[in-house]
Amino acid sequence: MTLPVKFTEDVRALPTHAFGHRSLTWWGVVAFFLIEGTAFALAIGAYFFLEGVEDNWPPDPWLPPGLLWGTLFTILILASEIPNTIVKRAAERHDLATARRYMLILLPIFGLLLLFRALEFTTLNVRWTDNAYGSIIWALLFLHLTHIVTDIVDSLVLTALIHTGHAAENRRIVDIAENAMYWRFVWLTWLPIYALIYWVPRWVS
Amino acid sequence: MMGERLGKAGFWMIFLGFQLAFFPMHLLGMWGMPRRVYTYPSGMGWDEMNLLATLGSFVVALGFLLFILNAVKSLYAGRVAEPNPWDAPTLEWATASPPPQYNFAHIPVVTSRVPLWDNRNHLPVVTGLRVDDRELLLTTVMDARPDVREPSALPSIWPLWAALSTTCLFISSIFTPWAVVIGAFPVGAALIAWFWPKSPLSPEPVIE
Repeated sequence: MTLPVKFTEDVRALPTHAFGHRSLTWWGVVAFFLIEGTAFALAIGAYFFLEGVEDNWPPDPWLPPGLLWGTLFTILILASEIPNTIVKRAAERHDLATARRYMLILLPIFGLLLLFRALEFTTLNVRWTDNAYGSIIWALLFLHLTHIVTDIVDSLVLTALIHTGHAAENRRIVDIAENAMYWRFVWLTWLPIYALIYWVPRWVS
Repeated sequence: MMGERLGKAGFWMIFLGFQLAFFPMHLLGMWGMPRRVYTYPSGMGWDEMNLLATLGSFVVALGFLLFILNAVKSLYAGRVAEPNPWDAPTLEWATASPPPQYNFAHIPVVTSRVPLWDNRNHLPVVTGLRVDDRELLLTTVMDARPDVREPSALPSIWPLWAALSTTCLFISSIFTPWAVVIGAFPVGAALIAWFWPKSPLSPEPVIE
C-alpha cells in the first residue's frame, strides 16, 4: 500500500523560462564550455610540448604565418561583441525587436569572419603535412574554426526561428541570450590561439 | 521477501570469509610472494597463509551459495514484499512495488533528510504542473526551492539520426580527413531538425 498523496505546494504561478543559472540551457552551454575548453587546453599543451622539443619555432626554413588576415579577424571578432552584447541584453529584457535587428546585423559580420578565416589558412606559410609545427598550427586554427562554424550555424537557425511564429515562445528568448553567451566563449578562446599561431613564433625565434 | 536468517548467515560468511581470504595475502605480499601466481615452491614459509586464504575463499563461495539459495527459495515460497518493507525514510521507498514506469504521478516534496518519517500517513506532493503537456519542475541550485516550470521535449527520431551520422563521421574520418568536412553536413542537419520546435504554438494554460 503506497501512501496517499496530499497537495502541499502549488507551482502554477512559476514562470516557464528563466535566464542564466536558473535555465537548463545555460547549464548545458556551461558544460559545453568545460568540454571544449579542455580540448583547447589539450591542443595548447601539445603546442608547447612541440615548441619545447624543436630547436627553432617555426623550424627552419619555415616563416611565421602572415599577420594581416589573422589580425583583421581578431579586430572584427572583438568588435562583434558590441552587437552581441546588445542582442544578449535585449533578450534578457524581452525586447525581441532589438534582438532580431542586431542578430541580422551580426550576419554580415559572420560572413566577413568566415572570409578572413579562409584567407588565414592561405597565409600560414606551412601545410599540416609538412612537420609537427605545421600540424599543431593547423589543428589550433581548425579547432577554432569548428566553433566559429558551430556558432554561426546556431545563430542562422535561431535568426530564422525568431522570424517565425515560434518567436512568441518564451524559451526562444532564453535561446538567444545563451547563444550570445556562446559567442563570448568563441572570441575569448580565440585570443590565446591568436597569440600562439601569430605571435609566439615571432617572439621565440 | 528474502529470508532474514539465511540473509544474515550469507552476509557474515561473505564479509568474514573475504577478510580471511585477503588479509593473509597482505602478509604474503610483504613476505615476498608475487601476486597472481597459481603455485609456488614449498618451504618458502607461505604455506599456512595460503591455506588460510583458500579456506576463506571457500567460506565466501558458500556465503554466495546461501544467497542464491535464499533468492530461489523466496521466489517460490517467500512473502510478497510491500513497497517499503523496512520502513526506510527516503523517497525511492515512497513509490509502489513494482514501480510504475513514470515512478511518481506527482512530484514529492522533500521536507528533510528523512522525508518518509516526517509524514507517516501521507506523501506531500507538488501541484500546478500542466497535465495536458510535458512539463518538469526546476528548482534553485542551492536551496532546491521550486523555481521554473520547464517544458519537456516530445519523443523525437532526430537524436537517433544525430547519433548515426556522428558515428559515420568519426569512422569515416579514419580513412580520409575530408569526412570531417562532408560529415558535418548530415550531423548539422540532424541537430538542427532536433532543435527546431515541432509542437504547434499554443497558449500555456495550467490545469488545476
